[in-house]
Amino acid sequence: MVSLNIDGKQLSVDKSCTIMDAASKLGITVPNLCHNPDLSTFGGCRLCLVEVEGNPRPLAACATLVQEGMQVKSSTPYLERLRSTNVELLLSDHPNDCMLCERAGNCKLQELAYYYGIRENRFEGTRRTYDKQDNNPFVSREMEKCVMCGQCVRICEEIQGARAIDFSYKGLWTKVTPPFEKDLDCEFCGQCVGVCPTGALTGKMWSNKGRQKFREVDTVCSYCGCGCNLTLAVKKNQIVRVYSRKNTINEGMLCAKGRFAYEFVHSPDRLSRPLIRVNPKSNWVLEDTHDSGGPGKQVQRSPALQDFKEVSWDEALEYIAFKIREIKESSGPDAIGGLSSARCTNEENYLFQKFIRAVIGTNNIDHCARY
Amino acid sequence: MRDKELIVKVCSGTGSVSAGGAEVLQAFENLGSSYGIETGFKNGCRTQKVGCRGFCSRDVLVDVILDGEKITYEGIKPDMVPRIFEEHIIQGRPVLEWVAGDEHKKFHSGQTKVVLSLCGEIDPEELDAYVAAGGYETSLKAYTQLSPEEIIEGIKRSNLRGRGGAGFPAGHKWEFARKTRSDKKYVICNGNESDPGAFADRCIMEGDPHSIIEGMMICARAIGADKGYIYVRDSYALAVKRLRRALEQCYEQGLLGKNLFDSGLDLDIRLYPAPGAFICGEATALLKVIEGKRAMPVPRMHRTAEKGLWERPTIVNNAETLANVPRIMSRGAEWFAGLGTETSGGTKVFSLTGKVKNTGLVEIPLGMTLREIIHDIGGGISNGKSFKAVQLGGPTGGCIPESFLDHQVDYESLALAGTIMGSGGMVVFDQDTCMVDTSKFFLEITQAESCGKCTPCRIGIRRMYEILDRITKGKGRLWDIELLEELGTHIRTTSLCGFGMTAPNPVLSTIRHFRDEYAVHIKDKKCPALVCKDLLSFSCIQENCTGCGMCKKVCPADAIRGIRKKPHKIDQQLCIKCGSCIDACKFGAIHIE
Repeated sequence: MVSLNIDGKQLSVDKSCTIMDAASKLGITVPNLCHNPDLSTFGGCRLCLVEVEGNPRPLAACATLVQEGMQVKSSTPYLERLRSTNVELLLSDHPNDCMLCERAGNCKLQELAYYYGIRENRFEGTRRTYDKQDNNPFVSREMEKCVMCGQCVRICEEIQGARAIDFSYKGLWTKVTPPFEKDLDCEFCGQCVGVCPTGALTGKMWSNKGRQKFREVDTVCSYCGCGCNLTLAVKKNQIVRVYSRKNTINEGMLCAKGRFAYEFVHSPDRLSRPLIRVNPKSNWVLEDTHDSGGPGKQVQRSPALQDFKEVSWDEALEYIAFKIREIKESSGPDAIGGLSSARCTNEENYLFQKFIRAVIGTNNIDHCARY
Repeated sequence: MRDKELIVKVCSGTGSVSAGGAEVLQAFENLGSSYGIETGFKNGCRTQKVGCRGFCSRDVLVDVILDGEKITYEGIKPDMVPRIFEEHIIQGRPVLEWVAGDEHKKFHSGQTKVVLSLCGEIDPEELDAYVAAGGYETSLKAYTQLSPEEIIEGIKRSNLRGRGGAGFPAGHKWEFARKTRSDKKYVICNGNESDPGAFADRCIMEGDPHSIIEGMMICARAIGADKGYIYVRDSYALAVKRLRRALEQCYEQGLLGKNLFDSGLDLDIRLYPAPGAFICGEATALLKVIEGKRAMPVPRMHRTAEKGLWERPTIVNNAETLANVPRIMSRGAEWFAGLGTETSGGTKVFSLTGKVKNTGLVEIPLGMTLREIIHDIGGGISNGKSFKAVQLGGPTGGCIPESFLDHQVDYESLALAGTIMGSGGMVVFDQDTCMVDTSKFFLEITQAESCGKCTPCRIGIRRMYEILDRITKGKGRLWDIELLEELGTHIRTTSLCGFGMTAPNPVLSTIRHFRDEYAVHIKDKKCPALVCKDLLSFSCIQENCTGCGMCKKVCPADAIRGIRKKPHKIDQQLCIKCGSCIDACKFGAIHIE
């Protein structure tokens, strides 16, 4: 353990901690854009500079390990001036179109500009401009708004293991791109969207659907047994965005399905009550008329609503129980098999296999991801 | 004649090759065989290609050593070879008009050759030549007689400091790596030599590659490494070729590989041709490159000597630093320390370029004054002009005016003057240089070479460049000098790596020493050195003009009007300030201001 002093407050932390870690333990927030405790140290934004006694230069809090007896000042007029100048530099190469930006109101850069009161910019100059080129339905990339914090690059490599993007070019024209600047073609987990501090990476599905005044509904993802915690941003009883909070079992991480595949919730095609088939499958036949001359080839058509009857849950379960019993009695339990789903929880899957083995009496039980 | 010995040494560095060195060498070889010289002299006519000897402005340099008597010729072309052969070699009368003169003597007499002592003396592609000059004796000693602690102690006593620019004491660095326990350690030679205009490392790698390998062997022994990389800029084609050959020869002779000198220790050295961007020479970025990642510096949470390549203790030393090591080991730490100042021992190689008479590679003992280097070795300013400033340390170094010329060259004094040692670039400017334009030139390089990681460097340097561009175009604002100073200091203070910390140097140093020049550009919209085109105006002096019409003929913009034999006029709206009229006018009738 190492003891140090930050802004007059004494504390002891492990020697592997950075000044940033120690400060956060004291509840002191050091401004930053590129720091993310889940990812490796980057040290690029140069906003977390702090003064350490005995050091002529200010040090980056996110990239300096604590040392015994360190005297740290996290905010002085000098430091605030340095930070403010860096924010000013970032803004001089930024479209500043907060009026239209998807992230307005929830943007770290906007917040910093507000905090430092930057209206005039002494460093007006060349600004990066790029053509939009994304054809994917999920991630919208406006690289002009990128502050080069590298969080997207790091989360893609270190957490997701996809390595779909990296830095390219040099100088002011440094840009985060997929290989050879091709269109983004990855697994679209959207982790990069989740960590982007500005409006550079946003979800296409929630563009222009509103930026504030959402009702937040915490729920659990229904896609798989992992049970990731989701937070739905709801407006007028419609989901407009999905994200996850940091203090959840999934630590704020989501996959493509959890993050983007929520449209089914409001789909008019969605089944909301059980259906029992009334028209047997053998009747679902269409004459294929494309073959000229001779009798048409017979093909099966897709199910239609008139082939089914809407019933209550009780009625449906009774029907299932009746059919299973009938098959078991006529052909024996091995004529029945159970296939379970990865969308169910462990407990549900356990119960299902128990039901098939103990109640029905057969070992014909499997799971889409195998038991 | 049979008892006489003849050796012809032809300079074969990159500079010399582009001046026709290979053809000169070929000419000597051809003539040698056609004259049947093999029988005429003891051991025949031995032509050798040797490394660069520094005096690149007089290439191709040729040494003709007839029976131990060395005559150096300068500026030799292939068609001059037959006469040298006929008169000097056959008849014994040197061709006096081509023999290197006083400048050559002056250029070399002021220098102290330590690192470059074998460059230009031995054939860099022959291991035997290096061994004959005492090579690999010290590494043998290091592996068989000395303990690692004794080696490190020697390097510490020699006061050898990193020649890459920052000047970190090499012995201390080695000690950190020695003391860190690890299953694997690395030694890396940094031969990226990022600074445009610096070619010291290149010269050593091309002219004496074995000394670098030997330095790495000794370093590996001292810290306990068994793997080394020579990280060399891929565009240094000749250096890559010669280092590769040198490594092959070492493996063939068992100098590298398993069980070195029967000591039971292994060392494997690989060549790593580097992508060669400016930032690739920064130590942490270099490690990322070898790890297969993008060259971006990372914050130094640990010393690279303790946690470097793949998180293992790694020594990254500059090629020049490593080439010094065998010399320190053979001639003694005290001798080396005695060459320099109290704080830094030995010599430093500078690439002397710009407006001096003698350009080339000079090796001087640390502590020599800039005046001695520029006026004695460099022969002063060319074309009889006067000295204005000297820029040290590549595009991230600062410019020093006349008043600092008597300061001695070492790490501390240069820092006080507002510049850095860097990798030893030394560019001399004369009175015709505009300091604003010069700093703009350097920032144009650095703003494009920033890796883009940290905010102050990526955007700040670009903004400084834009402000300078504005000033040189007559659009400067009154507060621009203060803004440049503030932004420059800000970038220097807050940048992540050494590149950003030094990149504002050209601007900050020129503002410090030549503030008036900036003010004139901004307030009077004039360029005193007549360099910044947008601030110039060309006019015709009516009294001098004879109306010959030459200027009118050459003007590409048809901006000059006038009737024949009557004074002409220049239309300011059309003039593109190309300067063609000045060159064409024989009567000095064109005036610029």
